[in-house]
Amino acid sequence: MTLKKSFLIPLGIFLLLVLFLGLGFQLKDPHYLPSVMINKPFPEFELKDLHQPEKIRKKEDLIGEVALVNVWATWCPNCVIEHPELLRISKDESITLFGINYNDETVKAINWLARREDPYRFSIVDDEGKLAIDLGVYGAPETFVIDSLGVIRFRYVGPVTNEVWQQEILPIVEHLRSSQ
Amino acid sequence: MIRFAAAVLLLFSGVQVSASGAIDAYPFPSEELQQRYDALIAELRCPQCLNTNLAGSDAMIAQDLRREVHRMLIDGNSDEEILEFMHERYGDFILYDPRISASTILLWLGPLLFLLVAAAAMYRLLSKPKVSGSLSEEERVRLDRLLAERDRP
Repeated sequence: MTLKKSFLIPLGIFLLLVLFLGLGFQLKDPHYLPSVMINKPFPEFELKDLHQPEKIRKKEDLIGEVALVNVWATWCPNCVIEHPELLRISKDESITLFGINYNDETVKAINWLARREDPYRFSIVDDEGKLAIDLGVYGAPETFVIDSLGVIRFRYVGPVTNEVWQQEILPIVEHLRSSQ
Repeated sequence: MIRFAAAVLLLFSGVQVSASGAIDAYPFPSEELQQRYDALIAELRCPQCLNTNLAGSDAMIAQDLRREVHRMLIDGNSDEEILEFMHERYGDFILYDPRISASTILLWLGPLLFLLVAAAAMYRLLSKPKVSGSLSEEERVRLDRLLAERDRP
């Protein structure tokens, strides 16, 4: 009898392993890369303004209120998808959007915005992707929520749809505003 | 002939063009830096890819990070500083050689744990006393009866 029971132990361990690995692979999106920048201050930078190249933008230009920082590019198809929603947010919701034009060509980027309308207070030219690396960005679009002190509070990877805005971003924005 | 020999010599003279170097062709002032670069981009995982290192990826972010590794090496940063720089920005995801932390401790100690469990099980199994010769009273009676039955003509 004791012999039989001890035979069940490896089987039990095996089943437990199957359960954990199975759950691990099913529930977790393997592409998901959690941001390590959450609750860290926005990185310092000195980069040109997209529309006024003589103007150098700094971190201080982003700070003051709860705001969205959106990483975008003309080569990024999902940026086209999220653009109408960003426009709507910039008009209907009282929140400032800043753009980081990531690894792009400035002329193309200016035309892209002119064609589609510009939701950003201003866009920063990050043509070498250095600010993006400091932000832990690994693709576009990515959208960061920063608080009034310039601390990163949330990051969303992928296109911001109305659903994403309502369910994921707006609650955080409201929470940050109420706790100020 | 001499020219041919020179070409062969050159081919084997340790002038290596690594696969990664072939894409970006970053110049390094020394062989040592080149080797450290190759090792680093092999060890760092491309953040956008599932299972490709920086050396093997053509993704934009991989190109940017390779350029960053190159810049930091030229600036005289140590390997550890470069790995730390990447880890600060991209977390555990970017390191193929995971650091020991609360979430990776099982990964590190798991195999040792399995070994210990297996060793303990084996020890118990081997050190168990032999069961022969320890029949119960009931079994002995039954054995006697069976043997007697067999011996009967």
